[in-house]
Amino acid sequence: MEEFTQILLLFISTVLINNFVLIRFLGICPFLGVSKQVETAFSMGLATTFVMTLTAAATWMINTFILEALNLPFLQYVSFIIVIASLVQFVEMFIKKTSPVLYKALGIFLPLITTNCAIMGLALLIPLNGYSFIASVVFGFGAGVGFTLAIVLMAGLREKLEFGDVPGILKGVPVTLIIAGIMAMAFMGFSGLISM
Amino acid sequence: MSIDFKELVQDFANGLWTENPIIRLVIGMCPTLAVTNTASNGLAMGLATSFVLIMSEIVISIIKKLIPANVRIPSYILIIATFVTFTDYFLKAFFPDIAASLSIFIPLIVVNCLILGRQEAFASKNPTHRAIADGLGMGIGFTWVLTLLGIIREVLGMGSVFGLQVLGEWYRPMVIMVLPAGAFITLGILVGIMNQISREGK
Repeated sequence: MEEFTQILLLFISTVLINNFVLIRFLGICPFLGVSKQVETAFSMGLATTFVMTLTAAATWMINTFILEALNLPFLQYVSFIIVIASLVQFVEMFIKKTSPVLYKALGIFLPLITTNCAIMGLALLIPLNGYSFIASVVFGFGAGVGFTLAIVLMAGLREKLEFGDVPGILKGVPVTLIIAGIMAMAFMGFSGLISM
Repeated sequence: MSIDFKELVQDFANGLWTENPIIRLVIGMCPTLAVTNTASNGLAMGLATSFVLIMSEIVISIIKKLIPANVRIPSYILIIATFVTFTDYFLKAFFPDIAASLSIFIPLIVVNCLILGRQEAFASKNPTHRAIADGLGMGIGFTWVLTLLGIIREVLGMGSVFGLQVLGEWYRPMVIMVLPAGAFITLGILVGIMNQISREGK
């Protein structure tokens, strides 16, 4: 029971308190680039969550059973990026075969996930925090949910903003960044929600 | 082989303003926002990224004919990851304080879209001396924006620059500026100001 509570707390803190996008600054590129419409933002979030959960499991195993067992820490970055790139490729082929509709909806976003720093960041944070296998998978899933939450909220705001009267020089990127700043302030309110 | 100096200067100057990676192309945002809470962090991150960028541009422009077109992206990433590992171990050995404050954002240079983007857009199509000029320009362009952002946030958030106190006792630091929210807002306003400047220039 104790363990279950710990896992649940980890999940909540990853989604809200240490939100990957707004508090840890990981995955800013898709957050700014793919947040114009709620629908595409949601698909992007789902694909990212899927890859993140798999990445957490795969990199935990590689780090524990290969890199740490054989004492090869200097290969960490090279092997993580290869694992992520091949995982994304695999997910892409799998979705293409099983669900052409979803494949079409995700389109270009799938290959772009490889260079999403939230995924690489996740792979690097797991050995740093020393999570167990189950904790790593929950951490990866929570990070994905947090990413989805942030990007969908952002897309919702930007859809409304289309009709807003934004001063000329702030149109486009600047106003998006300022909104993100205000969202980050709102998310700071979650800190202290639970103490671990 | 003759070297066209005018062309080289053009390649170099491109990255400083007209195609500045952060304010014009808006790429490489994660480190831009995350590590610019102080001026020295911003400068260190800019230099580390520039080193990886220049070195991988040199290597890739030399071996570009040997890389088969359909495996070029994985090959680029491997070359970049090698230089990042090198930089990380160098910083950990000689500048442990900086390595600790930049933490996972040093390894994350691997997935900085700026670096991969320049390999794909420039180094894989141009001779080595032009790739060096491009790498230097883009690197300095990235570094100066990061340092400026770091200075603004450090002055407003802590009243100091590069760790030296510049504002007196009367100043009450705006803590928000060194927190994540301040990063987004400062960069947003900065990009807005830069837009205005380049619009007036036309």
